[in-house]
Amino acid sequence: MPQELNYLKETPSQTAGPYVHIGLAPGAAGFDIYDRELGWDIAGPNAKGERIRIEGLVTDGTRSPVKDVLIEAWQANADGIYAHPEHAGNIEDGFRGWGRAITDFETGKWGFDTIKPGPVVGHTGTVMAPHINLWIVARGINIGLNTRLYFSDEEDANAADPVINLIEWEKRRQTLIAQRIEQDGQIIYRFDICLQGDDETVFFDI
Amino acid sequence: MTPNGEFYQRDREWQPPAYAPDYKTSVTRSPRYPLISLQNSVSEVTGPVFGHNDIGPTDNDLLSNYAKPGESPIGERIILHGRVLDENARPIPNTLVEIWQANAGGRYRHKKDSYLAPIDPNFGGCGRTLTDENGYYHFRTVKPGAYPWRNWVNNWRPAHVHVSVFGTAFAQRLITQCYFEGDPLIDKCPIVKTIPDPNAIERLIAPLDLNASIPFDSLTYKFDIVLRGRRSTLFENRLEGN
Repeated sequence: MPQELNYLKETPSQTAGPYVHIGLAPGAAGFDIYDRELGWDIAGPNAKGERIRIEGLVTDGTRSPVKDVLIEAWQANADGIYAHPEHAGNIEDGFRGWGRAITDFETGKWGFDTIKPGPVVGHTGTVMAPHINLWIVARGINIGLNTRLYFSDEEDANAADPVINLIEWEKRRQTLIAQRIEQDGQIIYRFDICLQGDDETVFFDI
Repeated sequence: MTPNGEFYQRDREWQPPAYAPDYKTSVTRSPRYPLISLQNSVSEVTGPVFGHNDIGPTDNDLLSNYAKPGESPIGERIILHGRVLDENARPIPNTLVEIWQANAGGRYRHKKDSYLAPIDPNFGGCGRTLTDENGYYHFRTVKPGAYPWRNWVNNWRPAHVHVSVFGTAFAQRLITQCYFEGDPLIDKCPIVKTIPDPNAIERLIAPLDLNASIPFDSLTYKFDIVLRGRRSTLFENRLEGN
């Protein structure tokens, strides 16, 4: 036997199960326990940029809505800077860049309010189009699914995006594009996530 | 460009696959197309930062965080403790650990749980804490009970605590379940067995830690959590963040 490398192995994932809300969004589960629930303040009142709402539905392989999903979002600010010590740049007070949304138990609809992120410099110095990183967990999902939400009104930037262009199947690229709608003066991006099937959303191994 | 290196690729043969037909719900909730593999960019190597302002000082004490004054939940009092490390065996300090669980009878405080075992009026079932500078965390709680679920007609989940951990990067985000040493239901559970490697399953079983138990108060179980490790940028960049 050769020498051992002595790395530890990552803890195996398990499904978040049907009651994920108890732990991560207890108010939604029907009881108040914390003074402050985390994840409802992606972009505080001081955040720069266009105020937007993200809305959607998660569907399964039968096109039925999945009503027990929890989605986390991670995004840069309007200047394309993440609120993290490894990313140099100014972050306005109260911009967190991270949020959590759960689906309505009756309809499966989910949504969150934030600001539209700016473009971010990517792996090899190329510029990534504005995007929000999403992580999806639920009963039946054994390991969290990573995807990205891009914006329909960023056509040129999307066409040059190094991650979108990694997807060889061009028809699948559109599954990552949220559609801009203006409704009663509010900017809404509609982003439906399909877990399985021909029009399945692209998921990443990051 | 990032000064620190990328994360080691996730070992998808060690992790459970998306499609695991004995866990029936996974059949229609698993992608059919392969995942697209990304080299890490700043979008993946950064992640949310939490501080002590975000959580309450007793949020890690499930024996008291929902109990009426002077009362406490019914069940086996335990301490669940351990460290959060990366694959290089380095501690991950100041990271958020969140847990949730059923009560001693296997009933969740959730409006969708209709199991006939009763709610405990003094038990909420969720807690959260930040690891200290050595990556250490602890919770006080009651040992959860097993409960039945609709998969096969007579499936019972082993006693378990759900655990959510952040690390320092969105690429490290992980949710798992902690099981308890000696539970005969572990080997029979289709959710546990979504994990193909028996050595990986053992990593989810918390041993009894008698040395850390408090006489006449609580038994203790130890549950260490390992998140993805990071490469040193030996040749491309400055050496940092191994």
